[in-house]
Amino acid sequence: MENLVLKDVESYIDGFARFERSVAGNGWSWLSPLRKEAISKFKELGFPTTRHEEWKFTNVAPITKTSFRLTERATALPAGEELEKFTIPELDVFKLVFIDGHFTPELSSIKELPEGVKIKSLRDALSQERELLEPHLSRYVDLSDDAFSSLNTAFMQDGVFVYVPENTVLPEPVHVLYVSTGTTSPTITHPRNLIVAGKSSEATVIEDYVSLGEGVNFSNVVTELVAGENSHINHYKIERENRKAFNVSTLRIEQLRNSSVSTHAVLIGGALVRNNIHPVLDGEGGSCLINGLFMATGSQHMDNHMLVEHVSPHCDSRQFYYGILDGRSKGIFSGRIVVHKDAQKTDAKQTNRNLLLSEEASIDTKPQLEIHADDVKCTHGATIGQMDESALFYMRSRAIPLDKAKAILLLAFAGESLKRIDLEPLRVYLEGVVAEWFSSEHLNLG
Amino acid sequence: MSNTDVRVEELAEQEYKYGFVTDIESETLPPGLNEDVIRQISAKKNEPEFMLKWRLKAYRHWLTLKEPEWGNIRYPRIDYQGISYFSAPKKTGLESLDEVDPELLETYEKLGIPLEEQKMLAGVAVDAVFDSVSVVTTFKETLAEVGVIFCPFSEAVQKYPELIKKYMFSVVPYTDNYFAALNSAVFTDRSFCLVPKGVRCPMELSTYFRINEKNTGQFERTLIIAEEGAYVSYLEGCTAPMRDENQLHAAVVELVALDDATIKYSTIQNWYPGDKNGKGGIYNFVTKRGKCAGRNSHISWTQVETGSAITWKYPGCILLGDGSVGEFYSVALTNNWQQADTGTKMIHIGKNTRSNIVSKGISAGHGQNTYRGMVKILKGAQGARNYTQCDSMLIGEDCSAHTFPYIEVKNSSAQMEHEASTSKIGEDQIFYCKQRGISAEDAVSLIVNGFCKEVLSELPMEFAIEAQKLLSISLEGSVG
Amino acid sequence: MLEIRNLHARVDDREILKGINLVVNPGEVHSIMGPNGSGKSTLAQVLAGRETYVVTEGEVLLDGDNILEIEPEERACRGIFMAFQYPVEIPGVANTYFLRMALNSIRKYNGLKELKPVEFVKYVKEKMKIIRTSDDLLKRSVNEGFSGGEKKRNEIFQMALLEPKLCVLDETDSGLDIDALKLVADGVNAMRSPERAFIIITHYQRLLNYVVPDFVHVLVDGKLVKSGGKELALELEEKGYSWVENSSQSAA
Repeated sequence: MENLVLKDVESYIDGFARFERSVAGNGWSWLSPLRKEAISKFKELGFPTTRHEEWKFTNVAPITKTSFRLTERATALPAGEELEKFTIPELDVFKLVFIDGHFTPELSSIKELPEGVKIKSLRDALSQERELLEPHLSRYVDLSDDAFSSLNTAFMQDGVFVYVPENTVLPEPVHVLYVSTGTTSPTITHPRNLIVAGKSSEATVIEDYVSLGEGVNFSNVVTELVAGENSHINHYKIERENRKAFNVSTLRIEQLRNSSVSTHAVLIGGALVRNNIHPVLDGEGGSCLINGLFMATGSQHMDNHMLVEHVSPHCDSRQFYYGILDGRSKGIFSGRIVVHKDAQKTDAKQTNRNLLLSEEASIDTKPQLEIHADDVKCTHGATIGQMDESALFYMRSRAIPLDKAKAILLLAFAGESLKRIDLEPLRVYLEGVVAEWFSSEHLNLG
Repeated sequence: MSNTDVRVEELAEQEYKYGFVTDIESETLPPGLNEDVIRQISAKKNEPEFMLKWRLKAYRHWLTLKEPEWGNIRYPRIDYQGISYFSAPKKTGLESLDEVDPELLETYEKLGIPLEEQKMLAGVAVDAVFDSVSVVTTFKETLAEVGVIFCPFSEAVQKYPELIKKYMFSVVPYTDNYFAALNSAVFTDRSFCLVPKGVRCPMELSTYFRINEKNTGQFERTLIIAEEGAYVSYLEGCTAPMRDENQLHAAVVELVALDDATIKYSTIQNWYPGDKNGKGGIYNFVTKRGKCAGRNSHISWTQVETGSAITWKYPGCILLGDGSVGEFYSVALTNNWQQADTGTKMIHIGKNTRSNIVSKGISAGHGQNTYRGMVKILKGAQGARNYTQCDSMLIGEDCSAHTFPYIEVKNSSAQMEHEASTSKIGEDQIFYCKQRGISAEDAVSLIVNGFCKEVLSELPMEFAIEAQKLLSISLEGSVG
Repeated sequence: MLEIRNLHARVDDREILKGINLVVNPGEVHSIMGPNGSGKSTLAQVLAGRETYVVTEGEVLLDGDNILEIEPEERACRGIFMAFQYPVEIPGVANTYFLRMALNSIRKYNGLKELKPVEFVKYVKEKMKIIRTSDDLLKRSVNEGFSGGEKKRNEIFQMALLEPKLCVLDETDSGLDIDALKLVADGVNAMRSPERAFIIITHYQRLLNYVVPDFVHVLVDGKLVKSGGKELALELEEKGYSWVENSSQSAA
């Protein structure tokens, strides 16, 4: 499968046929119908344009105009030290490292697992855990109007699979590190993650996207998370690839009765980032927290797209998204809450706050409520603002230099999001990552 | 129907407590509106010539206008020729409370505002308006000492024509809207107040007025001016007797705050809302607006609206001076067949202007409650900020709540915050309280007052207590 | 203390409880388990006096008196406390204010002196030594903005404060993670006494690892189909509800 280059719709479709043949022998043939369905869906949809309501503010031309090479398993691995900087201090984890989209056991460490727990690459799971996978894989993500998820489904070959059986508490978080190493021609990967948590189980999964080189990589991600009855799942996504990267991801969360899911995102990398989060509260008493911080500068483009579906009664959802935009960057927050007819006693809240640090930076915020039940509580709030001049002046009059004063205010703003992260070592680490971003030369702090 | 519903109905049938008619001799013009009527009003009020000219100008303009239809309210056409435009108790121009018709005083006592007691205890200056004429004004002397002018509007027209010429129409021009034009043509009376430079008005000013006469329209006119650095807090309370016919009320209030001045304007509006079948009640079409003309001036509107069959009212602020602040705190309650379309208008013109809007709508029975708010940030309004919070509470199945926020931002440095929520006071909240040993009545007042807390806390203490009672009376029954 | 005799109840046209019999003596902890929709919550609500449920047959005796005709607030005054599955939010009403109102209402009913604010604060401080809770939680509006775990802990704190004789916990453990579950269990254990009885309704056996019941009952389709000691919960966990459902069908 040498040099499979993907660019326009045709090339993806041609490429798919060759890809299908190349993976035919891997014991994944059961997936074939799913893939075929997905590629024909993609063929039908094509890439979205800005005429598409859900893509109104994001032009994907930078993606469709780039020729991507489908990555192969790397022959030369990066040295372990190179990945050192991506390690979260003082946090013991089950670590899975993917180099250019392919699981790399040499760099990973999966210690002894509690009984029944599975943490492995999707590649292995596809051939070894079909019974566990089949009821869930691609059962939740909605391809009907989603070209990128369709592509992912057609081309998926690796990612992480986490399975936690009932009444089991995963003792440590799973840290999944996706590393792109490309330096020359643009590459494309289709990470596909599946997290299945059984009744009354607890687990934490961290998805972390990084790059080593300065090359262009397009991560086209789909994660499906199934929170079983009474389970507690914490999910994190860190996007810190280089500023040439493209990252389109869809997180589809399926929540059963009394389950509790929190998903946190910290987005600082990428040229074009599209962050889709779609929880469905499909059992009474569920609760969902969506928390995010996105920070962009230069010409970065970050599009956050939330769709929270309340299907069952007595569920809570909370969305908190914070944006900091500098340079000529563009941020988008589209938050839609759909309360279905039977979802009485829904309590849904959405907050989106944005700070614009420059004249050229912009944000589009679009809250939408769609309520079909009559006994619900829905709140949305959005703010767009600048740094508080009087607070800056106050600090300066107390001898704090302007750039420090700005950094303090920004950290406080970002802290509103980060404080919701319960996993302390990760929170401390991310506070550091954010502080570094503020002090980096890219930020127009003058 | 569950037990709770039955209980709801029982309690909902609570009567309008203020629905009594006072039998007082009054002088009333026959119904109808034309230039002659306007001349008569002006003559009866002994007005200077310029005022009659203004009235006629407004009237002619009104004739060219159409009644607005954009409100989310439904009512039969108003017959403007069927209304009497002037009514006054025959005995007026009294020197002291002793000369006031005892029956009138009794009326006020029924309303819960015994003048004497207020004079002694509350230290509130009362300008009591009975129908269209201000009967007696207390505390004039105390106020005069510090130079505060507080008198009936018609008196001000005669005594301070220069001030009237300067400020009247400066905030709400007669061309502003249909009802403001009508008011400008036929306005009767109400308060005029001027707090001079640097004076903090030593007491809360208050007008308590009532529509008594049958078929009379109420077209009050109020003008309050706070000069540089002045402070004044003005309270207005309204009730009307129970009648089968609808009565029209179209008042205009203008506030002007100069540099560093503060005006707080609080209203408790409890006009007759009609009976449980929607018969009768006041049509309340009011134009209230404040102009923060000076730097760092501050105008704050607080209203608790539990009465009227129809309420159409948008107290707003024009934030002209740099650093000026406009506030709007509102509780609007609609029960039975009441309809309210109310909200505010904040126009940011000056730099670093701020506005704060907290609106609480409560709908019960077949009540219909609409919040309509406009926040406009003009191009020069660098650093403007707005915070809007808009909460609706629904009680029962047949009521409704609507929210129409309009936001127009022409300056990119603006900070806007908007929060909205709709919730239903439910059987579950009541049951939760009961399960903890709290009775249904206590539970209701607990829940409603909790919901309105942010607004009630803006009212002066004695008004806040009255407002709490009013809310409980108006609502107790409907919750379940 | 409590005797439930042949209790039948319906909501709308659906019969949910189809003849419940249960005797609870002071000091006992009864656990009622069962699949979703079996009527567990209905039983709790009927005991507390929710009007949406109509009792069609049977009696509920509290200290010998039939309480079915009594208003919910009076039942609360007589010592029935229900920890809600979905605690209700009351915005703008401070938790402490609410609790003082509740406590005084109950004290008044029982001929005790009502507590003044200062006395109440002292009383709360005492209770906080037994049940861990934060000052912050008490100052905030009743349940408003509380997390799921905070709401459930608030229920347990209220229970400690109001000192009921019969505590009915309706799925208090649902949706809690293991740490929050332990906190709730500690609270319940701290309140166990020879004068007080508990009915713990749960869907998951897990809570019973921490609060060990004297009796376990299985509720299926509106009837208690099986009763036993704490080992029954483990057996249920292992074999699933289909085990009792099947056996009850074959028995019928």
